Amino acid sequence: MSLVGHQPPPIFRRGPAPLVRLIVLVSICLAMLVADIKFRYLEVLRQGLSVVTYPLQMAAAAPADVVRNATLYFATLIEVQLENAELRRTQLGAAQQLLRFEQLKQENVQLRGLLEMAQRVQVRSIGADVLYDAPDPFARKVILDRGTQHGIETGLAVVDASGVIGQITRVYPAQAEVTLLTDKNQAIPVQVVRNGLRGVLFGTGQGRLEMRFVLAGADIVEGDELVTSGLDGIFLPGLPVATVSSVAREPKDAFASIECEPAAAVEGSTQVLVIGRAALPPPPPQAAETPPGGR
Amino acid sequence: MQPTNRSSRILLPARYWFVLFSLIAALGLSYIPTGRLAGVPDWVALVLAFWCIREPLKVGMGTAFVFGLLVDIGHGAAMGQHALAYVVLAYLATTVSRRVLWFGPLQQALHVLPILLLAQGLMVALRLIAGAEFPGWWYFLSSFTSVLLWVPLTFLLLLPQYQPVDRDDNRPI
Repeated sequence: MSLVGHQPPPIFRRGPAPLVRLIVLVSICLAMLVADIKFRYLEVLRQGLSVVTYPLQMAAAAPADVVRNATLYFATLIEVQLENAELRRTQLGAAQQLLRFEQLKQENVQLRGLLEMAQRVQVRSIGADVLYDAPDPFARKVILDRGTQHGIETGLAVVDASGVIGQITRVYPAQAEVTLLTDKNQAIPVQVVRNGLRGVLFGTGQGRLEMRFVLAGADIVEGDELVTSGLDGIFLPGLPVATVSSVAREPKDAFASIECEPAAAVEGSTQVLVIGRAALPPPPPQAAETPPGGR
Repeated sequence: MQPTNRSSRILLPARYWFVLFSLIAALGLSYIPTGRLAGVPDWVALVLAFWCIREPLKVGMGTAFVFGLLVDIGHGAAMGQHALAYVVLAYLATTVSRRVLWFGPLQQALHVLPILLLAQGLMVALRLIAGAEFPGWWYFLSSFTSVLLWVPLTFLLLLPQYQPVDRDDNRPI
């Protein structure tokens, strides 16, 4: 029908065919997915567009806030009294340790000075509230009510009263996203308190934790406590993470299969502390085999 | 009372601002933090499917792409995940629009269900390939709750198009 050089009249012109449009848009989406998941190139675009969506998100979160505040308001007197008694008890236990802490800290500084070891790193911490679980059902993340404005950066550790719950993975101007320890893609370097054995703890995706790459013959038993080793230069050393709940050694496997229970209420905390080093750790030494004058 | 699909009444064309407003409202609803609750309807997908079937010349894959990106950002999902699912959804919905409009609202809902399920299945496949955890079969409940809302949604979104051309202050609607 159409002749060369003769365009259809404008009322019938509808741009490229639907299938062509579908293929173009799907390829754009796939490119974005790879760029985002694999290389994390799109953080800038995400930050920029989040400024547009932020007011709408705040408006949508308002009803959830109302519900949360209402349940808090109607919490019975008995519950509050019980909680108060519990808090007093823990406070008393903590006070005992705190009284000696100051003295021990001084002693530690002096001893480290005598031994000419590097001083312990300075810590900075920011308190935050957990706003809600992130809606993405494929990951285990929560949203905090503090962001870049309050000095939060990606990579900082997030702890509650009894241990590590996760790590900041994305920061918005007034909010931050925490990937919980139980997320399938989250890993944390740990150390056994009893003997200093090091390993890496992974989330399994079903709310449990697993310590991988520990040799089958290694000295680790049920009930061992795991703390952060700080070897990654991101987490502070010595934060409680988990307790070993079962150790299974198969003769055919080189590594033991170790399941762990998180020390903190990873998926149930409401008030958390974001902690990190006040100063960046020194850069790791360069590998010796880099060719001279290679740049 | 709205006439049914059997009536031969000709509707007013949908206004652009109303289409846009309904999509933005759906976006706002999808941002309500519900945590890991299963079966929360995918508002944006539902409203997009509705307009792609009703007004395939006004709303199409471009709109689906933009709103998909906005959902991705608001949900903290991978960039392009919802965009891809919604683009495919818009393509399928516009393709079947001529056929679906012959049916009543209940049968229309039956046509929309597989499209919504396919969009969800695409997202699951994409994220599983990328190494995320499987969210459980309850994840697909969302499509079914969405489809239950098709009939009330049709009523609500068609209301403005039922207004008479010549307004009479003494007559309701």
